[in-house]
Amino acid sequence: MDSGRITVVSANNMSMVKLPVAVEMRGIVKRFPGVLANDRVNLSIKSGEVHALLGENGAGKTTLMSALCGLYRPDEGDICLADGSVGGAKVVDIGSPRDAIQFGIGMVHQHFRLVHNQTVSENVILGLADTPLHLDLKSVGGRLLEISERYGLPVDPEAYVWQLSVGEQQRVEILKLLFRGAEVLILDEPTAVLTPNEASELGNTLRHMCAEGKAVVFISHKLDEVMSFCDRVTVLRDGRNVAALSTRETDKKALAKLMVGREVLFRLDKSEVAFAEGALSVEHISAFNDKGLSALHDVSLSLAGGEVVGVAGVAGNGQRELAEALTGLRKVTSGKVCVNGQDVTNQSPLRFIRAGVSHIPGDRLGMGLAGNLPVSDNLIMKAFRHRPLSVGPFLSKTAISQFSDSLIEAFDVVTPSRNTPARNLSGGNQQKAILAREIATGDGSGDVGVNVLIAVQPTRGLDVGATEGVRRALLEQREKGTAIVLISEDLDELLSLSDRIAVMHAGKIMGLVRAVDANMEEIGLMMAGEAS
Amino acid sequence: MNIPFSFKLEKRLGASRMLGVFVLLTSTVLALLLGAVLLMVFDANPWDTYKAMFQGAFGTPEQWSDGQFYSITETLVKAIPLILTGLSVSIAFRMLFWNIGAEGQLVLGGVAAAGVAIWFPSLFPGLPQNSWVYLPLMLAASVLAGAVWGLMPALLKAYLKVNEIITTLMLNYIAILWYQYLFNVIWKDPEGYGFPGSAKIGEFAQLPRFSGRLHWGIIVAVAAAILLWIILDRMRWGYEIRLIGENPTAARYAGVSLGRNIVLVMFVSGGLAGIAGMLEVSGISHRLQEGLNVDYGFTGIIVAWLARLNPWGNILVATLLAALLVGGDQIQITMGLPASVALVLQGTILFCVLGGEMFTRYRIRLLRNVRSETLIRNEEVGG
Repeated sequence: MDSGRITVVSANNMSMVKLPVAVEMRGIVKRFPGVLANDRVNLSIKSGEVHALLGENGAGKTTLMSALCGLYRPDEGDICLADGSVGGAKVVDIGSPRDAIQFGIGMVHQHFRLVHNQTVSENVILGLADTPLHLDLKSVGGRLLEISERYGLPVDPEAYVWQLSVGEQQRVEILKLLFRGAEVLILDEPTAVLTPNEASELGNTLRHMCAEGKAVVFISHKLDEVMSFCDRVTVLRDGRNVAALSTRETDKKALAKLMVGREVLFRLDKSEVAFAEGALSVEHISAFNDKGLSALHDVSLSLAGGEVVGVAGVAGNGQRELAEALTGLRKVTSGKVCVNGQDVTNQSPLRFIRAGVSHIPGDRLGMGLAGNLPVSDNLIMKAFRHRPLSVGPFLSKTAISQFSDSLIEAFDVVTPSRNTPARNLSGGNQQKAILAREIATGDGSGDVGVNVLIAVQPTRGLDVGATEGVRRALLEQREKGTAIVLISEDLDELLSLSDRIAVMHAGKIMGLVRAVDANMEEIGLMMAGEAS
Repeated sequence: MNIPFSFKLEKRLGASRMLGVFVLLTSTVLALLLGAVLLMVFDANPWDTYKAMFQGAFGTPEQWSDGQFYSITETLVKAIPLILTGLSVSIAFRMLFWNIGAEGQLVLGGVAAAGVAIWFPSLFPGLPQNSWVYLPLMLAASVLAGAVWGLMPALLKAYLKVNEIITTLMLNYIAILWYQYLFNVIWKDPEGYGFPGSAKIGEFAQLPRFSGRLHWGIIVAVAAAILLWIILDRMRWGYEIRLIGENPTAARYAGVSLGRNIVLVMFVSGGLAGIAGMLEVSGISHRLQEGLNVDYGFTGIIVAWLARLNPWGNILVATLLAALLVGGDQIQITMGLPASVALVLQGTILFCVLGGEMFTRYRIRLLRNVRSETLIRNEEVGG
């Protein structure tokens, strides 16, 4: 390993000089067909700070950072870097991610780019320009340990990536950048995949890195994290700068207003609803996951109509399997599922739909939508079997158009037309389309309403405005008497929407608490596997 | 080394219809130019050769004014099985079921149709021997035979998740070997002077012809295309197929049964290929003999792909491909070129057209390699 080069190029010397500004982006403009993604955006990042880049989905955060790390070339504007040797800022041209890392800029993407069958060390040196023919993984591992100790990123260099938790994988991604001598680290929504504990650990790591003189850009739309992790914040809206300020001189509410452009309600009012017993009853069900391992173990739940039961837990503890078992997508090996007293255990997904079970899946484009098909085809996915959408074996194109247009209007789905491929919609609008379909139509026959709604991570990846809309819609549905199972990793969301909260760990329900009596610590302990 | 330019392949956001036409024309021209080089190596005049090819496939103005349409009808005769195998492949591919078995399904369709025509008269002497009875019977038998051959891999896939590419491909060889065994041994015509082939089928089992060898099968093929368009574009079932093709997980989530649809779609897919076999036997060869397995099933994959799995496109592409085949045969006769040259020409044209397809989905972007001073200096430092 030619370690000399990395130390020379990576301006490790830059941190010694401690320049006030590490990166300055001036007047960045980036156009995509029909969209002005960045409109004369300025951003200045100092070394030794965590800088939040805040904005709703589609505000241009990722585009701006893609220009900084060499994925796109901006149409206009300059990127300046502080150059230790010369002493002044210098306009640079970053043509590729490889150029970017040469300049000491690296990005951790939301979806990790790791090879699962390789060890941490192998992943770290993968793609390095000067890898020798004979790999000296031992010395790589040694240097990795050195770096990981220095920045508080504990990880075993010889572990295989598939053995690591999501939080550990994220550490490997950060280590990859530090190993390459990155001075400016861009993290794209890094906490989206982490548990609350892992997120606060990440916060400590970021502090460590700043103390060592690194600059961190923290892309997010979560206000709590921005306030607690970051020193300064730049807010983008519709591709433009709205504000650049220090977190000390602002608060959550002000930031939300800057980001969305209007006042945002953080607490939704929940009205009292008369429960109708027995909407959904789940008795002692067990199920396997896709690998054939036990994923659900003796789970029981009983929901009344008009009741929201939140399911809390760290991702991968059986939530997905539970949602699938409750919608007919996964066979249960034992136990019983009844909807309104009707036994639907191990029936086909269609029978569940006919029993009035709606499902907002966690994987929007993977399960909830057929991305290449037009919005209208996606809106009719549940109701197409009945009049007026189909007449005998034939589909009625005019009825489909009317039906789609009315849903698009009622749920305020922003789309150029009903013929636009669903993939081209923003995440929030995709979710609105799914919500419209699942809430408004039932099975389409008009005989059964929505008796049960299984909502998995319904606001994941959505911005503040869209999140508010989705939560409001769920509560409205609750008032109409639907029993809602809300599976989420966002504890705030669970606490504000649910009537009761069930905590899952390793496929079991560790405890069931009333939301009004719940406290975070108790739930956190149950999530970690301690029975109440 | 410093190359001033580099290329980058970018996905197009949306492909326009005009672009498709433009790319098709350009790649055809390119293919003809490449072919011209080849022809010049063989001392043939490229212009004359291409003219002969075109006239071989479509005829000359003199022939048309004389009322002779032999070339066109020959082209259409070849287009009939290609339309049907193209449709067969299209409906399966729409659902992401990779049916490579149209060849075997076609061959068995021909065997079943010939079997009915040859054996039913003696087995069921009471059956009136006329076309109104026999042609529908043969059609039904061929659909059934093709469908059964398509159903085996479908059931294996639906219930045991067996890879259909392997099973459909291998079933081709079983079908072809059975077919050869039948006309060479079991069904061999005792009065055939030892030539391999079954007895000739009665006139009641032969499809009427319009002109030359062009038979009523053309109507069947076009009708099948229309039917398939109705199914895919207008019917609920077509929507389910589309949903499965675009996202099987979403389809299952929407309550669409994957297994049931695989079985149904493969019934139709195999049946369509089977019909192609029946039309060849009943319309052209009039007996079971060598010549049924001439890769119509495999060429159908090219047809379907170029037609973007669209039924109307299948008719157009199949006809053009048939013209290429007929024209290629013709230049062997009129220009005295070796058969392999005709094949290479056909291959060149297909290669260019299929390769050009890429440009409808991707664009090539020329990038200037701007490297900043700083970067170059860094490289110098680091080696």
